[in-house]
Amino acid sequence: LSRIGDELYLEPTENGLSLRAVNSSRSAFASFLFAPLFFQLYEPGSTGPDTELFRCKVHMKSFLGVFRSLPSLEKSVGKCLILLKPRASRLVLQLHCKYGVTKTHNLAFQECERLQAVFDTQRCASRLCAPARVLAEAVVHFPPTLAEVTLGTGPGGKISLRNYVEDEAEPSKMMVTELWLAEDEFQSVAVAPGSHITFCLKEFRGLLSFAEASNLPLTIHFDEPGRPVVFTLDDTVLEVHLVLATLSDLKSNSQSPSTNSVSHLPVPSDDFADDLESYMAAMETSEGGSGGPPSPTFPLRTPRPAESDPEEEEEEGAVPGTPPHKKFRSLFFGSVMTPGRPGLATTLDVLAEDSDGEC
Amino acid sequence: MRFRAKIVDLACLNHFSRIINTIARLAKTCVLRLTVCKLYFILSDKVANGGASMWCELSQGNFFDEFQMEGVAAEHNEIYLELVPENLSRALKTAQSAKAVKIKLTNKHCPCLRVAVELPSLSSSSRIVTHDIPVGVIPRRMWNDFREPNVPDFDVSLIYLPVLKTMKSVVERMKNLSNFIVIEANLSGEMNLKIETDLVSVTTHFKDLGNPPWASEDGCQSSEAQGRNIESMAEACIDIKKLQQLLAGQQVNPTKALCNIVRKRIVHFILLHEEVSLQYFIPAIA
Repeated sequence: LSRIGDELYLEPTENGLSLRAVNSSRSAFASFLFAPLFFQLYEPGSTGPDTELFRCKVHMKSFLGVFRSLPSLEKSVGKCLILLKPRASRLVLQLHCKYGVTKTHNLAFQECERLQAVFDTQRCASRLCAPARVLAEAVVHFPPTLAEVTLGTGPGGKISLRNYVEDEAEPSKMMVTELWLAEDEFQSVAVAPGSHITFCLKEFRGLLSFAEASNLPLTIHFDEPGRPVVFTLDDTVLEVHLVLATLSDLKSNSQSPSTNSVSHLPVPSDDFADDLESYMAAMETSEGGSGGPPSPTFPLRTPRPAESDPEEEEEEGAVPGTPPHKKFRSLFFGSVMTPGRPGLATTLDVLAEDSDGEC
Repeated sequence: MRFRAKIVDLACLNHFSRIINTIARLAKTCVLRLTVCKLYFILSDKVANGGASMWCELSQGNFFDEFQMEGVAAEHNEIYLELVPENLSRALKTAQSAKAVKIKLTNKHCPCLRVAVELPSLSSSSRIVTHDIPVGVIPRRMWNDFREPNVPDFDVSLIYLPVLKTMKSVVERMKNLSNFIVIEANLSGEMNLKIETDLVSVTTHFKDLGNPPWASEDGCQSSEAQGRNIESMAEACIDIKKLQQLLAGQQVNPTKALCNIVRKRIVHFILLHEEVSLQYFIPAIA
């Protein structure tokens, strides 16, 4: 949760304790619901006809500080008590340790509205379920600094993961990595053919390490580009949801292929199209002239004057058209609505403006 | 113009990866020259590189199980590609347990080296990871820029370097104190590494390093050497970062590590492994 946001939302419910976080751009949301059975004792408090169960948020770092060193906690702590004291404005975390030592932490909290992302896994057209290990092994091929990844479906039922290259960057200078997983590596696959979504890898990696550590299979629910992707983990006493915004795709697939159009990429076979002959012919015929077509990748040391900028010259076969409008919409908080859709916002709890005015 | 190659043996793959990692540490961009028998990684002495240049040569037969190359033309059966070696290094990094790695030159949207790694998986079919590394094809008229550097008339020819690990830790500490380092050596197997600043000067002395005979084609070099005073030092002052990069980049201990020095002009390092030779030239600072 700390990989997503700086504040931890605690919400006791009848069904258990829910811990949630959201990122500052409202494009990532996660919730962990611990069932009452997870705890030795669970008292969510009482609700009256006009009072709701109390909920609050605390600084993530303060909360994590209490549980700082996991190995030493496991050795010395017998019990942990979490107690909300609304009238004292304190969240009490009490660690009962060996040798009669009790450590009590009083964290200040802020009252808050219910933090809830809008999503419905039933309405997602596609669903994949895989052991966490398979996905972790897939993600390892991408550099740790990679921001966004595109998950797609290909022929033969194969699933692909590919690093997303922004069109603003020079597309022919970026290395593109693509991984193909066979259908039988997944526990279940129910996907709309030709579908693909692009999301941030950073928050996903956090959930993936949790899933790996708890040895739980991960389910991915997704729909069209722009609709959020939902990752879920299920256990008898724990329900985890991670909701990430996806890149909306304003370019239709029928336009000329770009480096990001997954639907045009064939599954690699032994026989790649290999058409350097015409490229070389173009370079050779201009020999003796002022210089051939510039390298599309690097400005070579040509005898040309310094002002010729290879980036400006459109190489034959370069991608025309406007780049897709990149917008990770935070629509799943009900604040941005697509035109024509019925107003969902009225039926849902929307997060009130938080203290720094961001919404 | 075509190129396809395949590595199946894991030991060869790891060795090749380590070589690429070393190259990646020395050059941000370099030229890969492919011939029927060999691969060369070349960094020519542009000002942008600080004047350092590199020539690394390996025999393809020692690494690849399959290697097919068709050059630009029949009488120029070679391919020169400009690439970022760090990309190749990253592509090979997660191929440690691969069943096979295939490399192919393609031109979908732009010329690329496609590295396809076939990984084992629990399912019926293997996992395939492809990395498309953009490359620049260097036209034939520019190939002369990437010829093997001429070995200049050295003042001190061939002295074995001290144990690289030791040399590396000495140079790393000196790097904190100065931007330049003086290497001097003589034909009696003595080498000194010196730095000098306003506040401090530090010299590390190495002896009994050994001077192998310089086997030149016409044999005149060695007779010249006999005429010289074998105790006199030839020195050159070079950028310490370049030296440190060279030493830090070595992932495997070379079989032989040597250097040549031209007084005040250039230092030529030669690192030899069983299947690969790496030459690195660092020019002296005026």
